[in-house]
Amino acid sequence: MNVCPTEAIRVRHGKAVLYGDRCVDCGECFRVCPVSAIIIDHDDFNFIFDYKYRIALVPAVFTGQFPEDVSPQQIFSVLLDLGFTHVYEVENGTALLQEAMNEYADKPGISKPLISSFCPAIVRLIQVKFPALVDNILLLKPPLDISALHIREEMRRKGITNEEAGIFYITPCAAKIAAIKDPVGEDKSPISGVINMDVLFNKVYRKVKTRNNQSCSLPVYTDLPATARCWALTNGEAPLAKGRTLAIDEINNVIDFLEKLEDDEINDVDFVELRACDESCAGGVLTVSNRFLTAERLRNHKTTTPEPSDSEHPDGFRHIRENHAEIRKNITIEEVKPRSIMKLDDNIAEAMRKMEKVNRIMQLLPMVDCGVCGAPSCQALARDIALNQANLHDCVFIQKILEQKGELSLEESIKIMQEIWGFGKTNKYRDLKGL
Amino acid sequence: MHFEFQVEGGNFSKAGTASSQLKKILKQLNVDSRDIKRVVVALYEAEVNVVAHAYQGVIIIDIDTEKIRIRIEDEGPGIKDIDLAMQQGFSTASELVREMGFGAGMGLPNIKNNTDELTVTSEVGKGTNVHMLINFSI
Repeated sequence: MNVCPTEAIRVRHGKAVLYGDRCVDCGECFRVCPVSAIIIDHDDFNFIFDYKYRIALVPAVFTGQFPEDVSPQQIFSVLLDLGFTHVYEVENGTALLQEAMNEYADKPGISKPLISSFCPAIVRLIQVKFPALVDNILLLKPPLDISALHIREEMRRKGITNEEAGIFYITPCAAKIAAIKDPVGEDKSPISGVINMDVLFNKVYRKVKTRNNQSCSLPVYTDLPATARCWALTNGEAPLAKGRTLAIDEINNVIDFLEKLEDDEINDVDFVELRACDESCAGGVLTVSNRFLTAERLRNHKTTTPEPSDSEHPDGFRHIRENHAEIRKNITIEEVKPRSIMKLDDNIAEAMRKMEKVNRIMQLLPMVDCGVCGAPSCQALARDIALNQANLHDCVFIQKILEQKGELSLEESIKIMQEIWGFGKTNKYRDLKGL
Repeated sequence: MHFEFQVEGGNFSKAGTASSQLKKILKQLNVDSRDIKRVVVALYEAEVNVVAHAYQGVIIIDIDTEKIRIRIEDEGPGIKDIDLAMQQGFSTASELVREMGFGAGMGLPNIKNNTDELTVTSEVGKGTNVHMLINFSI
């Protein structure tokens, strides 16, 4: 509850309740929950078999999960064994994105600094907490969608329909799932389904280990260039953008920076790369390997000499440049709309009334942010009370005072605790005598 | 609604806290973000002026549904020639202040550019009062 950067979690009846309008899908709650109560929902793996052609869209971070002696080629051949018909790396889309980015920067009338739209959690964070900065967001699709567009074009060229071809993204985090299932700035994603990286890693690793000594034909594969491979790491985009650039990772660092940006305290910066996770995607909530090791592997991967690409191979795709024109036509996203969670009301007079209520309530609260009331901070509780979503007596301090004054019975007091924390937490004391 | 903030002269690490807090308040009131930006920039400059030049000051804010009125009243050296002070680039900031990156002489002009009404009065040896008004766009 306390790690949520937008205070989107409350405890009610012993369960964590997520406020959808506040959540930015950063996954910090998932990371820290001691009882794994929060799960990141994904599509069942067997869902891929609903499609005749099953393309695995793999981010470089996935190949970085494996130890150095496991090559991307081996990983891809296992993916084909598991049931995919094609494998394509997400970062193939970065070359076109880089060109589009730098053209975009020269457009007249854009707000500087431009903020990369790569991390969906950051886009959502700006919408809810920094709505004034939505105009700074770079309105271009991330490499994920660009690669998917290329795949769809290639399929179309071979006469394969969208219904027959399923594109499945292997996701390192919750935010990317949200971006696919509920996109901001476009109607529908070209991606058919999502598979969590931790789940797939287990499947693949087991197979890699067991067929280690068997000879197998490895798929035709060309290494990504280094700039593409490192795109999803911290400082993967910033050096490739024009002008003065910054790269910031970890959501609290980003929030500090965005506060300053909003206050107009940052001048002369042209482009900022902002990522919600420490070490960017290498530190995604669904990754398995240590983030620093993953980043190191990707940065220091020795590029193999490029083999002649076999573009007519049924499992192969042509180089993404072949669809350059078509992709560039579809590379922009629509405007990102603000949806501020900070406002108390749309109407300023109503908002003032509520704010005065919040301030009056805050004076009664202890300001210790203990969390016993089921809200992450006293301020959050005060807000909830003013919006009729909680009660003053939810606060344990207030309960004690009311008990002392005789205005609240002990029975009622326990009942309040149970409403918030469920029966589980109070049951264990039931038969205890003499603590 | 009425708010007041104290400003400590010379405390550069705290300079900007009042404008930051006001920003949070205005966001909660759903004031248009362009108006928020104007208010925050104007108040920030005024706040820094107190920190850079005066001994201490108080910021008095009154908000209603149509406008925000801010009075910054300080105890300090005052301003000898207000018209001169309003000129871009003119600054009486000390060496120390300039070394910190402040005192470029844009403070008062910036406030003027971001406010709908601005009145600056002062008494040398006593202090300065800055009175600003910003109307909210509908």
